[in-house]
Amino acid sequence: MKSALVVFPGTNRERDAERALTLVAGAKVTKVWHSETELPSQTDLVVLAGGFSYGDYLRCGAIAARANVMAAVQAHAKRGGLVLGICNGFQILCEAGMLPGVLVRNAKLRFVCREVRLRVERADTPFTRAYRKGEVLRIPVAHGEGNYTADEETIREIESEGRVAFRYARPDGEIDETDGPNGAINGIAGIYSETHNVLGMMPHPENYIEPAIGPTDGRGLFESLSSAFKAA
Amino acid sequence: MNLIPNTPRITPELVAEHGLKPDEYQRFIALIGREPSLTELGIVSAMWNEHCSYKSSKVWLRTLPTTGPRVIQGPGENAGVVDIGDGLAAVFKMESHNHPSFIEPYQGAATGVGGILRDVFTMGARPIAALNALRFGNCHHPRTRHLLAGVVAGIGGYGNSFGVPTVGGSVGFHSRYNGNILVNAMAVGLARTDEIFYAAASGVGRAIVYLGSKTGRDGIHGATMASAEFGADAEEKRPTVQVGDPFAEKLLLEACLEIMKAGCVVSIQDMGAAGLTSSAVEMGAKGGLGIELDLDAVPCRETGMTAYEMMLSESQERMLMVLAPGKEAEAEAIFRKWGLDFAIIGHTTDTLRFVVKHKGLVEADLPIKDLGDQAPEYYRPHTDPQPRPVIAAKDVPDTVSLADALEQLVMSPDLCSKRWIWEQYDHLILGNTVQKPGGDAAVIRVEDGPKALALTTDVTPRYCEADPFEGGKQAVAEAWRNLTAVGATPIAVTDNLNFGNPERPEIMGQFVGCVKGIGAACEALDFPVVSGNVSLYNETNGKAILPTPTIGGVGLIEDLAKSMTLAFKAAGEAIYVVGKTEGWLGASAYLFTVCDREEGAPPPVDLVAEKRNGDFVRSLIHQELVTAVHDVSDGGLLVALAEMAMAGNMGASLDRPHGIPAHAFWFGEDQARYVIVAAHGQGPELVRRAEAAGVPLMKIGKTGGDRLALPGERSIFVETLRDRNETWLPIYMGASA
Repeated sequence: MKSALVVFPGTNRERDAERALTLVAGAKVTKVWHSETELPSQTDLVVLAGGFSYGDYLRCGAIAARANVMAAVQAHAKRGGLVLGICNGFQILCEAGMLPGVLVRNAKLRFVCREVRLRVERADTPFTRAYRKGEVLRIPVAHGEGNYTADEETIREIESEGRVAFRYARPDGEIDETDGPNGAINGIAGIYSETHNVLGMMPHPENYIEPAIGPTDGRGLFESLSSAFKAA
Repeated sequence: MNLIPNTPRITPELVAEHGLKPDEYQRFIALIGREPSLTELGIVSAMWNEHCSYKSSKVWLRTLPTTGPRVIQGPGENAGVVDIGDGLAAVFKMESHNHPSFIEPYQGAATGVGGILRDVFTMGARPIAALNALRFGNCHHPRTRHLLAGVVAGIGGYGNSFGVPTVGGSVGFHSRYNGNILVNAMAVGLARTDEIFYAAASGVGRAIVYLGSKTGRDGIHGATMASAEFGADAEEKRPTVQVGDPFAEKLLLEACLEIMKAGCVVSIQDMGAAGLTSSAVEMGAKGGLGIELDLDAVPCRETGMTAYEMMLSESQERMLMVLAPGKEAEAEAIFRKWGLDFAIIGHTTDTLRFVVKHKGLVEADLPIKDLGDQAPEYYRPHTDPQPRPVIAAKDVPDTVSLADALEQLVMSPDLCSKRWIWEQYDHLILGNTVQKPGGDAAVIRVEDGPKALALTTDVTPRYCEADPFEGGKQAVAEAWRNLTAVGATPIAVTDNLNFGNPERPEIMGQFVGCVKGIGAACEALDFPVVSGNVSLYNETNGKAILPTPTIGGVGLIEDLAKSMTLAFKAAGEAIYVVGKTEGWLGASAYLFTVCDREEGAPPPVDLVAEKRNGDFVRSLIHQELVTAVHDVSDGGLLVALAEMAMAGNMGASLDRPHGIPAHAFWFGEDQARYVIVAAHGQGPELVRRAEAAGVPLMKIGKTGGDRLALPGERSIFVETLRDRNETWLPIYMGASA
């Protein structure tokens, strides 16, 4: 698998993403600077890593969404290529219009870094095949603006089209919005594009991949990606 | 070139406003042989203030042990550098941002973090961890909540955006910090031992380059503010607090590491306190060279800035660098790529003069050595504090049951869980956090392992107040113990010495006592001081803080698989205490929290026992004979056991002590102690080894169940303890748990 890791000024979790992509997915990773206008040829997967692109100034992800490289990322997604946006990457995908809705300030108005439980909503996408539907994962979050929201119609649409990827859950898998780390509507932690080739998520699976460091529930996402390309 | 302009006239009032004493000003006149220009007065005030010159502390700092087989760079550079093997070095330092944080907590704390990160990456190291030590006023003081919320948000706001995990620290409350909070920030970076960069300039006629953000009018006289007490006018000093931009700092980090890799850098110095003045003087003075600056080339954020303002601005995220010959174009291209300013603003000379030109005028022409490493220093009068009497256990009434006292302690402001704070810090970024906040020390994997660094910050101010010498020893010993408890070999220390006004002999006495104690402990424990910072004048209206010499300790773990945590792991395992328990209640958390008494001599620190017991515990960890280890400190044995139970979600049944009153046994704060849990069946082996090593070892109970079962007392459920421990701070801060 060939993976392009987009780096904006202020991106700061690109090393974490790179480690997960190489260590777990066995991907060949090329870093792509924000001012580039093309992705490396035969890119399979584009990753927008976490961080504070452009210092989160103006609005999280708003400036990065208009960077040169984003036209190439959009074209890659239109061709059916895979795009994964984690944390700030998710915010950028929303700001770029590649995913619906928006991420606003956490309900408690504070940055939060802690382990949460995520329920896997479907296990038939290239991002989640290594998981079971309904499986509850331990994955950390680290964000100040991860409170997903959208207008009622959009929420109805993404819910009815099965586009919710992960929800914040209790250990038994029950969803309780007030339990989540940020107040996201319906406990939404990650969503897919209409064709399920673009995934944006707030939590950081890339930080839970090595037994020497801690829990490893994040591996499944990268294993899924890896097998998606082995199969193809 | 025109001569130095001499308006306005330098009056005694102007001199006093710059914080210079009349005798210091006379010394300056004698040095330069004429009346200074206003810019020169500003420069000397910036260099000779306490914050930059260490004039009151230097004679004592020189007594600290600063060398050792692992030490590559001791104090005097941007940060200390210690060899950790395999061609790698740990680069670290701690620094205070107390005065600004009291005035404007968010920006004060944020720029404190920014400054210390810059110190570390200036040396060519990529920051891998940040820690802090915070002290606030009494929790009932009307400003405490506001200051705590602001400081925590500021630390998180800067570190999270910059992209360094904030992994540890300490937080305490006491009314003596009501008017002067403490914000001590520590950063740790990783570099290759053969790619370390220093501040000392070398080579005559080399270009001096300004890097980073533009210069504005913020922070002018910040260092002077940090060299004086607060009066009733503290609020008016708000304009002297700088504003941080972590985004710019992140870009500066990446750009600096890139130009270093490209071989463009001869020497480099960050612009911290006293900005351009101090960075330029330090580069020249350390390198034995003169520096000539042309301020017309300085990138400015505002129009019409004077030489005086440019020289004293403390605008953040700026660096000064001596460029390798012929590397101008390459270095500039790298900086432009990152969208940062890059300007050649001067050159090195062989005159040993610090010359500043602006708009065709010489604004300053001063001898550089006298500003820098030959600045004045004082041997200030100091008096030893009255020794406090030793309090016997029988003189402390045990009217509160053990269970009630334990509940009070685990929910006290000092000992409660600080989760509300550290969850606002990204402690996981970079993917190397093996032990997050909440344990004895943070453990951060080095590159891809198996090595790791253990990191901690410690000090017990109430001990230092009661006996500065023993308190200084204890701060070092506790840091050493915390590193040992996770299985690390302690290797070096950074210190951040926070005190009141050194012109008062009793405050200077506290300082001298603590430094002597730190020196004695560092010597005995092979734990050299490689960097540090002194913050004096932490006083408001004549009331000083508790003496607070924060120790930042760094330890090395050779193999992560052999590190240790404090959580109980399995039921039915025997629990032991290592070290002698005598029931010392003087100056204890029990006496303070449960009895509302602040008195008595603190527990003495036996450094020989400290070393012997610690080495014993570390060897048990490395040989996998124990399953949990925790240092015994505030609150004594029972608080340590409660913390182990909460971390492991498992209780313990405890034995009845003999010969010592129960409250003194369980809450006494005798030093050099650890609670350890024997791996199943290894109890006899532990006893045998302890005897052979001459280490006191006593069995005090065994793990298991869902409660702490106290002998002859009501039991406490672990769940109840956790509830008490976790909810105090969120409720206090007005948030739901």
